[in-house]
Amino acid sequence: MRFVNGRYILFHALVGIKQVPDTANIRIDPETGNLIRQGVPTILNPYDAHAVAAAVEWKRKLGGKVTVISMGPPSTVTSIRECIELGADRGVLISARQFSGADTLATSYVLAETVKAIHQQDPLDLIFFGKQAIDGDTAQVGPGVSARLDFPLVTYAIKIRELNLEQRYVVTERKTEHRNEVIKTPLPTALTCEKEIAEIPFAALPDLIYSLRYEPEVWTAESPVRFDAGQLGLKGSPTTVFKVGTPEKHAPGEVIQTFEVGVESAVKTALDKVMASGVFSSILGETR
Amino acid sequence: MTRRFWVFIEQENGQVHPVAWELLGVARRLASEVQDEVDKTQDQVAVEGILVGHEVEPLAEEAIRYGAERVYALDAPVFKHYRNKPYHAGLVSLAQKYQPEVFLIGATTLGRDLAGSVATRLQTGLTADCTQLQMGEVKNSPRKLLLATRPAFGGNVIATILCRNHLPQMATVRPRVFTLPALNPRAKGEIVHETVAVTEETAGAQVLEFIADAAARVKIEYADVIVAGGRGLGGPAGFALLKELAEALGGVVGASRACVDAGWIPYDHQVGQTGKTVRPKLYVAAGISGAIQHKVGMQNSDFILAINRDSHAPIFDIATVGLVGDLYEVIPAMLRQIRALKEARHE
Repeated sequence: MRFVNGRYILFHALVGIKQVPDTANIRIDPETGNLIRQGVPTILNPYDAHAVAAAVEWKRKLGGKVTVISMGPPSTVTSIRECIELGADRGVLISARQFSGADTLATSYVLAETVKAIHQQDPLDLIFFGKQAIDGDTAQVGPGVSARLDFPLVTYAIKIRELNLEQRYVVTERKTEHRNEVIKTPLPTALTCEKEIAEIPFAALPDLIYSLRYEPEVWTAESPVRFDAGQLGLKGSPTTVFKVGTPEKHAPGEVIQTFEVGVESAVKTALDKVMASGVFSSILGETR
Repeated sequence: MTRRFWVFIEQENGQVHPVAWELLGVARRLASEVQDEVDKTQDQVAVEGILVGHEVEPLAEEAIRYGAERVYALDAPVFKHYRNKPYHAGLVSLAQKYQPEVFLIGATTLGRDLAGSVATRLQTGLTADCTQLQMGEVKNSPRKLLLATRPAFGGNVIATILCRNHLPQMATVRPRVFTLPALNPRAKGEIVHETVAVTEETAGAQVLEFIADAAARVKIEYADVIVAGGRGLGGPAGFALLKELAEALGGVVGASRACVDAGWIPYDHQVGQTGKTVRPKLYVAAGISGAIQHKVGMQNSDFILAINRDSHAPIFDIATVGLVGDLYEVIPAMLRQIRALKEARHE
């Protein structure tokens, strides 16, 4: 906390998080092609955990607070508690039936309105997101919220180099396709984070104890923000699922047991097939 | 009216990302799929490229050779390096002016950064990482719609998404999901120079420097041969052997997510749902069990050679040829035989 121009300047960061099914453990009903939701554990989206860690790291450096928001079912409370355990101070769960079925556009509407309300109460310096959620992998919600709020957007952030609350800017290193880029943006800025942005710390004991009993504020469709019903959930979503299926099955190829035919012979058969398919001649640099 | 099929021509430093050409090929096919509807009406159909940058005229001509009938170019110093706000403001203003029906953008780091902002500002739907695109008839829709198919839930499910009542219907597609169209050196097209009210003052961001990271940043998406390792390698040292094989084949090293998460190899090598999509001529999967998340990133390879100790590993379901055995016996044997083959050919 620093005293500047007659007032204390405190850092205020917000992190948008999502609770996701652990996609590594998902099973599909082979008969119906439906997701077997039962028994699939849910987790805090891994990239979001790193975003929270980064926000908390800067809060500890500068003094201030970290607010976590999430739109989701009531069970999202456990993920919000996990963020509190990591050092976040305040959790807001936006939860109501009207929100369900939201695509990324409807989700970004709700999150942007929520950020706006929090920003009015207690001005924000940075808003963080994970680079994408592992269930949908769209990477659209962070950019969507930033576009709605007209906050500068820095995606694929790997390091916050400098954060200046008095002169109101942040210098961030981000990944691009070919190289890294160092970018300076005015506050408040929206960041979407790679895992490199911060290590997940071991929870401090007081944070751990606090998190166990922490109950986030629950915001509904009407209060404290009166959301526009037409922009919520299914109704507010331009995209709809037309059909769902399981991935195409490939015709399996030939499988050779090396312990039956011997390694050398098995490898020879395999390489002969690679050659016969025509892909190998170009690999060996032969002109045809 | 003209039914416009748009492709964002992504470029950096005067180099177009090949995904833009791949998408021009897709856009031409989509346009042809509505030809029957167009023939019945006064409508026209057009495949158009959107090019943003500074001094990019030659790239517009290249886009025409790859299939764009018309290129709208935003060419100004403010667009020299990619920044979200100037680029998204530019695209939004062009889309509002011309009302495209479909807008395709590469799912690169730049394209994903841009597409989410543009779709939100246009208040339309965006389907990410599509693996199939088609213009198809849908009940209660007066015209064909973009059927955008993509993997969801880590590739366990394939979902087809519609954007029924909003335009443009937007989609992003990863590099290498579709093939490069043939270049037509004699193609003729129109270049339309556009301007938008974006200034350096309203750009919202300043790029201070670039950090070249060539050593770490391998480009596996466009490799002809990939030798990829999984958990079955047993440790980071196994990648030295894979590298040897990759070099013998003129290829690069890939990896499953497990190896990247374990810190055995950097993320840039990762193939799969949360890594890169690849379609090499030859994909060698060594010690990779073949979880669905991995398969979605490499199943379009021309030839898949899988090596695994477990004969029930799911990778064998998609392998062209599978070798059940110890990769530490198989790969050295493979190296010996390839070297012998090469010598024989050079004689």
